[in-house]
Amino acid sequence: MLVEIENLHIGFRTPTGIAEAVRGVSLTLGREKLGIVGESGSGKSLTARSLLRLLPATAQVTADRLRFDGISILSATEGQMRAIRGKRAGLILQDPKYSLNPVMTVGAQIAEAWRQHQGGSKKIAKQAAIDLLSQVLIRDPARVADSYPHELSGGMGQRVMIAMMLAPDPELLIADEPTSALDATVQAEILRLLEDLVSRRGMALLLISHDLPLVGHFCDRVAVMYAGRVVEELRAGELTRAQHPYTRGLLDCMPTLSHPKPRLPVMTRDPGW
Amino acid sequence: MIAVDGLRIRFGAIEAVRGVSFTVPRGGSFGLVGESGSGKSTVLRALSGLNPEWTGTMTLDGAPLTRRRNRAFYRRVQMVFQDPYGSLHPRQTVDRALSEPLIVHGLDDHDRRITQGLADVALPASARFRYPHQLSGGQRQRVAIARALMAEPDVLLLDEPTSALDVSVQAEVLNLLRDLQDRRGLTYVLVSHNLAVVAHLCPMVGVMQGGHIVETLSTDDLRAGRTQHSHTAALRALSVELEEA
Repeated sequence: MLVEIENLHIGFRTPTGIAEAVRGVSLTLGREKLGIVGESGSGKSLTARSLLRLLPATAQVTADRLRFDGISILSATEGQMRAIRGKRAGLILQDPKYSLNPVMTVGAQIAEAWRQHQGGSKKIAKQAAIDLLSQVLIRDPARVADSYPHELSGGMGQRVMIAMMLAPDPELLIADEPTSALDATVQAEILRLLEDLVSRRGMALLLISHDLPLVGHFCDRVAVMYAGRVVEELRAGELTRAQHPYTRGLLDCMPTLSHPKPRLPVMTRDPGW
Repeated sequence: MIAVDGLRIRFGAIEAVRGVSFTVPRGGSFGLVGESGSGKSTVLRALSGLNPEWTGTMTLDGAPLTRRRNRAFYRRVQMVFQDPYGSLHPRQTVDRALSEPLIVHGLDDHDRRITQGLADVALPASARFRYPHQLSGGQRQRVAIARALMAEPDVLLLDEPTSALDVSVQAEVLNLLRDLQDRRGLTYVLVSHNLAVVAHLCPMVGVMQGGHIVETLSTDDLRAGRTQHSHTAALRALSVELEEA
């Protein structure tokens, strides 16, 4: 198993005691596509970030087991972590506008990531950047490489982020709401691209999203999180057979084209979930 | 209620809207869908009076809209924006945010109107003296809707009102918008990139691409797949494909 998480707890100290944001999550991930779905505050992003030890300094993390390819994240040195972050496990964030450096051309940013991990001359890195841009299906990679982030659309920006993450040839790609800021059509294009790259390179993908049907479409397995717990784990094709009332609620409350309903069902949340 | 004919909007050398026409009956809803950059929000902003650089004709209740609008217009037509984080002043309480339109339009009886306004959007009375950061995203969007309703408008212009919300909260806000329309006979123009959201609220939909409405069709036709234009068909296919997952 590439990733093993067992009984993960993440808490934050508050004036009134410790607030537990993640309460006993267990997940494993091999060379496959796993989706984590949940709403704001469900702990899905914290769970994923704990794998790269990218949590706020105030977070208190405990786990029976938290491993990446056998390396215990909880006891790894900062040097060991740096060998994992970016190099062996890449992270793609929601909004390319805030994740890219606004005063550097995107080509230079990708080349920087490439040289950091692979070494080599600036010239080779620049060529590698253009090559990576073409791999994320950008039609005119040389021109895009010389553009600044503000000159690109949201979808292009996200492709650039993906290209940058691919530079060190990672084994795991964590995508945290990679398409939430994008249009439906661009969303599908980006996810198809991710899916294709992941299967071609034999990477593992951890896709975090609030959109259950979308994740079901692009992942092999889906873990549904609510209030810091995994309430249900499903094979992607079995979404319609979901048992947990929260999962059912998530599926039912979306308006659809094919099944019109005059009123949308609203979720009643059971404190016991 | 609203008629837009041959609307064109230009930003410098770029023509963002190239001849858009549609009508919305009183108490009805019209949806504009399209991708980013298709011009749908630009149409809405021109309608609301936020962008004076347009040509063509727009009428409200038969009266043509001018570049500059009077106060009566701003009372009748209100707008709700996508981002409830960005559209509320972070250092003003909900009470202050809801008072503002009352002061601007010289309405009296603030206390009663604000209490009623909060109740109308199903917010607890205790939310009145909170700051935006003390509210959830869904509560904030309710405040934004309550604020738009304070001046008792006839028309609400909704720009992606649920795109920043979780799906369960989206369901609550969509139900609220439907209830408010039934109760008050409001006229809606809704802009969204989500076909299912638009179809849920609006019986008529205009599909925008490159500054044109490439097709105007009823929601029933859209649901049944009776589309004329390839762009509509493509958007519909994508939406349905993800639903079937």
